[in-house]
This record gives sequence, C-alpha cells and structure tokens, in this order.
Amino acid sequence: MTGMSKEIQQWLKLREWILHPHQVKLFETRNRTSQLLIAPTGAGKTLAGFLPTLHELSLEKYYGLHTLYVSPLKALANDIKRNLSTPIDDMALPIRVEDRTGDTSQNLKRRQRVDPPHILLTTPESLALLISYPEAQKFFSTLKRVIIDEVHALAETKRGDQLFLALGRLQHFCPDLRRVGLSATVDDPDAIADLMAPHPAPCPILYADPGPAPDIKMLLGDTPPPWSGAGATYAIPDVLEQIKTHKTTLIFHNTRAQAEIFFHNLWLANEENLPIGIHHGSLHREQRLKVEAAMTAGHLRAVVCTGSLDLGIDWGDVDLVIQIGAPKNVKRLVQRIGRANHRYNAPSKALIVPANRFEIIECHAALNAVLENDLDGDPPPRGPLDVLCQHITLTACAAPFDPDALYHEIKSVGGYRSISRAVFEDCLDFCITGGYALRRYDQWHRLMRDENNWVRLRDPRAASRIRMNAGTIQDSDRVKVRLGKNRGGKPLGEIEENFAATLSPGDTFLIGGQVVRFDSLREMVVMVSHTTQKKPKIATFMGTKFATSTQLCDRILEGFQTNAFDALPDYTTQWLNQQRSLSQLPQRDRLLVETFYHKGKHHLCVFGFAGRNAQQTLGLLLTNRLEELGKAPLGFVATDYATLVWVLEPIDTPETLFDKNQLYHGFDHWLGTNAVMKQSFRAVATIAGLIERNLPGHRKSGRQASFSSDILYDTLQKYDLDHLLMRVARTEALSGLVDFGRIRAMLDRVEDRIDHLKLPHVSPFAAPLLIEVGRIAIQGDAVERLLDAEASALMHAAGVQI
Amino acid sequence: MNGYSFTLSGAALIALPSGGLWWVEKRTLIVSDLHFGKSDRIARLGGPNLPPYETRDTLFRLEADLTRTQAHTVICLGDSFDDNDAQANLAEQEKLWITRLQAGRRWIWITGNHDPGPVDLGGTHLAELPSPPLIFRHEAKHEANGEISGHYHPKAQLSLQGRGISRPCFLIDMDRVIMPAYGTFTGGLSTKAPVLSGLMRPDAVAILTGKAARAIPMPRG
Repeated sequence: MTGMSKEIQQWLKLREWILHPHQVKLFETRNRTSQLLIAPTGAGKTLAGFLPTLHELSLEKYYGLHTLYVSPLKALANDIKRNLSTPIDDMALPIRVEDRTGDTSQNLKRRQRVDPPHILLTTPESLALLISYPEAQKFFSTLKRVIIDEVHALAETKRGDQLFLALGRLQHFCPDLRRVGLSATVDDPDAIADLMAPHPAPCPILYADPGPAPDIKMLLGDTPPPWSGAGATYAIPDVLEQIKTHKTTLIFHNTRAQAEIFFHNLWLANEENLPIGIHHGSLHREQRLKVEAAMTAGHLRAVVCTGSLDLGIDWGDVDLVIQIGAPKNVKRLVQRIGRANHRYNAPSKALIVPANRFEIIECHAALNAVLENDLDGDPPPRGPLDVLCQHITLTACAAPFDPDALYHEIKSVGGYRSISRAVFEDCLDFCITGGYALRRYDQWHRLMRDENNWVRLRDPRAASRIRMNAGTIQDSDRVKVRLGKNRGGKPLGEIEENFAATLSPGDTFLIGGQVVRFDSLREMVVMVSHTTQKKPKIATFMGTKFATSTQLCDRILEGFQTNAFDALPDYTTQWLNQQRSLSQLPQRDRLLVETFYHKGKHHLCVFGFAGRNAQQTLGLLLTNRLEELGKAPLGFVATDYATLVWVLEPIDTPETLFDKNQLYHGFDHWLGTNAVMKQSFRAVATIAGLIERNLPGHRKSGRQASFSSDILYDTLQKYDLDHLLMRVARTEALSGLVDFGRIRAMLDRVEDRIDHLKLPHVSPFAAPLLIEVGRIAIQGDAVERLLDAEASALMHAAGVQI
Repeated sequence: MNGYSFTLSGAALIALPSGGLWWVEKRTLIVSDLHFGKSDRIARLGGPNLPPYETRDTLFRLEADLTRTQAHTVICLGDSFDDNDAQANLAEQEKLWITRLQAGRRWIWITGNHDPGPVDLGGTHLAELPSPPLIFRHEAKHEANGEISGHYHPKAQLSLQGRGISRPCFLIDMDRVIMPAYGTFTGGLSTKAPVLSGLMRPDAVAILTGKAARAIPMPRG
C-alpha cells in the first residue's frame, strides 16, 4: 500500500485482510482538510476513518491528543474502543484510547483534561462541555484529526449543529485540523458535506461501492392485518416462526410504546421460552448494557428495539431484520435493513410487517423505493439559533471572547454560514441581557462586555451551572422508574412526567417488557412493584410518531394511478377496487374530499397525503374554519394520509373550506395559543439556557420551587411577543410538529382541483379512520366542560354535596 | 361574586377562580405568595435572566380582583416578595402601582419565609393577624382553627380522559384553608405530598383555580 506504515501493512497481511477501495482512497487523501465518506453498513467505515490515525501514530511516539472521534451514541464509543483494541494490541502500538461520555467518571474526566489520551472517543454533548473549560485551547492544541461517525444521523438534528459549532471552535484552536465524516447511504450527500465543511473550504465526497441489493419482503401471513392501529399484534405467531428459523433477529418498532406492547405480547406467546430481549432509549442504562452484552455474546435469539439500535453498532450475527409497522421513511428503513448480515458483500435480509391495511400499501411503496435506491429525507434545519445561544454562552465559560472574531468563526460553520451580523447580535444580546424589550437587572446579567467590548462571564462561578444545562437533547420532562420499596430500588427506566402524573396507586403499566404496579411518585422517582396482572391497565405511554415522508406519500399516490398494488393479497386489492368503484382513488395533483353521514354526525374526510403532523394541523385549521361557519365541529382524527372531521351541521360545499386566505386566517392566533407552540418553546428555551434542567441541589425540593415553561411562554406571549425565543419557537413549530409547509405545498399543488364526493355512507378508505385512535376533541370550552363533568362525578362519588 | 362559597368557623368566604379569597362580611380580599421580584432574585443568584414581567402581570391580576370586589381591606399572606432585596429592587413604576392599589384601603403584609424584613411600601407589617373568628398567617400550624394560610402553593393533578391536568388550588376543611400561590412565576406542590395530607382532614376538598372555581375531593397520594 502506497505510503502506509510497515506495521499496518504487516498487520493487514497477518490478518489476511484486503482493504476495500474506499478505505484505500480515504487513506491516500488523508491530508485533505475535510472529507465525507458515504458507505453502506458493514463496509468498514470505521476502519477507513481510523487508518490514517493508526498510520500517523505508528510512525513516531506522539504526545497529546491526536484524534477525536465523535459519535451520536455512547454505546458506539464503547463498541469502537473494543474494535480499536484489536489492531492496537496486534501491532503493539503505543496508543492510548479513552472515551469521554456522560457515563465517564468525574475522576477520569479530570485526569483527561490534564493528560489527554491519543484517541478520545466522545459524543457531541461531551465535546461541547470540553470546549467550555478554560484549558480547552491547551487540551486541543495537539489535535490533528476529527472523525465524525454516523454523521448522517447527527446532521438531521440540533446535536449536529452543536457539533459543527464545536468543530468551528476546534478549527480556531488548531488551523491544520482535518475532519472526516462517515455516513450511511443518504439521499443528499451534498447537504451533509455542506454542513461539515469548514467554510469557505469545500468538503469533497468519497463514495463506496453500495454493495448488493437487499433481500427484503413483506411478511404477510393468512391473517389480514387489522383496519387500523399500529401494534401488529396479529403477526406475532408469524414473527415467532421467523425468529425460530434464524440465528438472531432484530425487531424494529417506530415508538417505544409499541416496542413495549409488542415485546409483552411476544413473551405471552413465546411458549418455547426463546431468549428475547428489549432495547430502547427509555430503559435504564444497566438494562440496556445487559441486553447489549447478551447480544454481542450471541445469547439472544431476538431483540425488540427502536431507533436506539438504528446506528452502526456491531451486534454480532444478526441475520434477519423485521420492521414492525410502515417505516414512514425509506432512508430509515435502509439503515435498519443494513443491520442484518453485517458483511459488506452479502445482501441483507429483512421483512416488513404492515400494522394495518393501509400500511400494506405504504410498505409496498417503500419496498419499491428501496429497490430503486430512491431515498427520501427532509432538508436538515439550517442553523438553529437556540443552539447558537448555547454555544455563545459555553464559549464565554472557557474564556472572554471577541464578538467580531466569534462572528467570523460561526460563519465558517455550514448551517450558519449565511447568518447576518444583526441576527448574531440578537443572539449575543439574548445571552448577555436576556434580550427583553423591558431592560432589567443590568447588574445581574450572566455575560457582560468588558472595556475592550469583549464578552465574558460576569461571575465565573456560574460556569458549572451553565455546563450542567448544556446539550440539545430534551429529556427534562422525564422521571425515573424504580422497583422496590425504597429509593435504592432497582431502576427500570424512565417515563414521561405527564404520564406519571396521571397514574393512581394500583394502576399498572408496561416498562422494560414487564407489567408493574404504580405505588407512588416522590422526589421525581416513580416507585413501582411487581404485579401478577398480565394485561396492563394503562395501555401506553406517549412516544414520538413519525410522519410519512413526502417522497413515500408521492409514491403511494403514483402507485394508485399505475396499478402498482395489483400484486398485493386479495384482501388489499379488493379494498382498493371497492374504493375505486364507490368513490375514487386519491390522485397527486387533485384533492379527494368525501362527505357522508354516519351515526348521527356529518363527516368530512380529506385525503391530503401530507403526513400525520400536517394532516393534524389541517384538522385544526378546518375545525377552526367550521366553527366560524357555525357547523359545530365536534372533533377530528388524523393519519398520515387523511383527516376525518365530524360536525353537527351538514357541509354541502366543502370545496369552499380550502380557500387559502380564509383557511390561514386566524392561524396566527391559533398558533400562539397552541400546545405545539408551547412544546416547541420549551425545547428552544431549554437549549438556549432560559430554562434550567439540572439545578445543583434543587432536584430534591421537587417541583415546588420550579414553575412550568408554559408560564414563561404565556408571559412572553403577553408582554414580549417579538422576543428572540418566541420567533425561534414559531419557526420550529411551523416546520416541525405543525408541518405547515406540507399543507401549503399540497394546497398549492392541487389549486382548485378538489373532487368532492357526497357518499351515502362511509367509503372503504374512510372506514379505518372511524376506529383510529388519537381522536382530538375540539379544544377551548371542551376542556372546561370535561372538567365540570369530572369534578361533579368525583364529588358525587365521594358523597359530597356542593 | 363568582367562585366557590363556603364557611369557615362561621365566616362566609368565597374562593375566587383567580386564586384570591373573598371574606364577604369584612369586604376583605386575601391573596398569598405573590413573589414579587422573583426574576430579579433568580438573576441575582446566578440563574437565567427570565422574562422580567411577572411583577406587573401579578399586579394586573390583583388590580382586576380589586376592581371586581371593591375590597376595603387586602391581606397579603406572606412571601409577597421573593426576598427583601427583591422588594428594594422593584422598579419605580411597580412601587407606584402598589401605592396606587393601596389608596383608600387597609393593607396588611403578613411575614413569610421569603420576606421576613419590614416593608417600606406602606401598609401594616405583621407576623400574623388574628381577626376572629379567623386567623391569618403564612404557614399553617397543626393545631389550628379558622386558619387561613399560604406557603405551600398547593396544586391538584387529575386525569381527564387520559390527559393530565395540573391546576393551582385551595385546600379547604373545617379547620383551615391553604391558599394557592397568586404570583405569576410560582410553581406548585402536589396535593399528594405527605405534608399536605398530614395537615388536611380526610374529607378536605380542593378548589381548582382557572376559568371557574371547581371543587373536587382533595387528590391524595
């Protein structure tokens, strides 16, 4: 190999390894300032990334930190450490590898700051903290390379923005720094390269051979899937059969709640006691590590999991991946499939289990997309300002800075390269004064300007408090669950605080695959005990639901026109044919709207195919409009494809409802009071540092001292509507959970081509929506009316007369 | 007056949806835990710079209650200021606002654990106020009768068809009333906390604040 050290050449020979072309190429171009490698799972990305480091460190004894490895998962760092030890031990190289994550002990962290290893494995959060220490510049002064693993996963989130801002800092410390991004196959590599590049320098992209096409099918037995729902319990016997005939199976779910329920039901049916585990992000760390270890050792036949296993961890001999429920997004599906057969040149084997009838169609469309390598992906958010605010404050924690210099540094970061000085100053002002229209507590600002106009911490003691609140992952609303009678009880995992607050002693719910009984909630810990009950009383706890991607929705609509679904089982084709003859199949450039009367209510069903979040927002806009028109809307329900609204008064000309001016009218007001806005504000305000999640010593006092972020939101809404964080929260709500862009795109596309079908009864496509869960009652007085009813019921039950 | 009417030791009282308590006969409005200047204190202690609007928001609501009730007497049940410095640091405009509200009525500041010092804003400063058949103090005592207190910021949590709701509330039994916090930036302590269960009789009710005052049996852990 050209230019590779003889130790490495001998080692490769000893192991009888021949490097893949992309590994060689990445080595040859190792002196580039930045590079992005796109390679499928199992293509030896990590080795490719580390070869230049091993080479350079095998040439001479090195002092100080040489390479920083950043990955989105702590578990990935552990995995890499194990994998690196093989070549390092084999070659007896004098290289010290250490990790630094949230799990690393305080002692080791302190020691590392004085005596760094040659290779440091870390996460974006830990890196952000590292650059906030006064000794950061010295610590990183010897750094030569940064490897960013699974950069595609980071690029889509604020964690990525945080990381790239930190890289800007590192580049400032060491101008010769070289960065390499390792990415799975994605739809838009240029976008990732753009985020990664140290602007104005470009980031060249290197492509590995994509490998053979995956072997992927739908798992359809004799039992047709139910009409609605997402659990796929019906498929459990078939799934068990598959587990039996394979070595190790990964069973992916879209939400933690679904994973819990499926795992529970799987065990109820698991008569042979096959070793099956569960793994998701809400489980306690020890539980997860146990499953990971059992998995690596080959002791498990199957693991029920969520996105926590999506990323490239090498879990040994997985030979089958089962995806439960439509994957909603083709890119995610491809990455999950890649988990099977972790060998580069063998096709991966995967099965998709549709959870309901409609998902058969969605799965079919997704399968075709995989075969045609047509990946989707929404453009990653560009330069979120809450993350920038956190970065500015953390930068001040390390040392006073010159705002001019920091502005130029931030403009070198992909997501922020077009940020104006005015917007940067807004963020800086927020960090210094709070950025309120009303100027207060001038003497208590966290940051201040000194005589040279440099920005520094007013009180250096605040640094530890600020560090404690760093990070962009939202977990402040979770409480721990412990088993047993005292606080030392065995930790099981976490549940959402809102969910915890609704539990009464004696209620049972699922966590970690077992049914537990709720005993008490105290000092932010949910205490539970064992129960013999098999069925949990409380069915679920909340979890994120993904919206089906635009590309996948388009493929489904296209498939209706090209009869692409004719090869599906009879129970599906018959359903499609019935819809075709009784109503019509939805089309991409038209909007199908059905009205019908059912069980005493008039119904309106809109097949927008805009994804769950947008369809939900459409439901809110429509009911808002119907309220204005005096149609007395009672509620609505939304899926990825359609919104069903029920009203007391008949709707004769639904076409007029879609007049854009009228539909969007009142939207601003609606948005301002919407729970989605409050949720978005909470996240933004926490990241920007306005809301603290971990106060030293305050955790114990429980909630009495703290008050909810909703109060801050309401206050700003009332007195300071234009505050920076309100603007950021609004932008995020519109693009995120509200997904307003997709409604607008859909309405712009169909213009006035609205097909209204007035039907004598419910249509085959609308029928599943009648039994869909997640119905939303119209807010406003509805909550007050419910509260009235609940209060009288409770008082009556207690025998109290009011 | 809109609210939940009840009697304590023979005194006719109304728990207002705003979180204020109205003593009908004495034309007295009682509010608790105003926590004026909370954002100022948090910033002073090195915390985040919160929106500095909570004092004026609390004053807005207090003024609305005073306009509605035309109260002759106002009793602030302690923790009116987040600490003594917060009181000193109130904006001039806010101090004038308080003075304006005090004009033409008796005003009593009860001492709380947050504001032990004297108040230089007019009105009478007292550790507690016996006004038979009632007694007003900041923190409830175990052996008490006709006692009106604050301090705990009680809030009730209940589930409405699976949806969690949390509201500041009054706790009422035949011995006492524990009032919700009136200030804008105030959190709450769940009625399920042992200390509240220990103070209140088993048949205590919780009056939820909000659009209307609603009574439910006190939720307990």
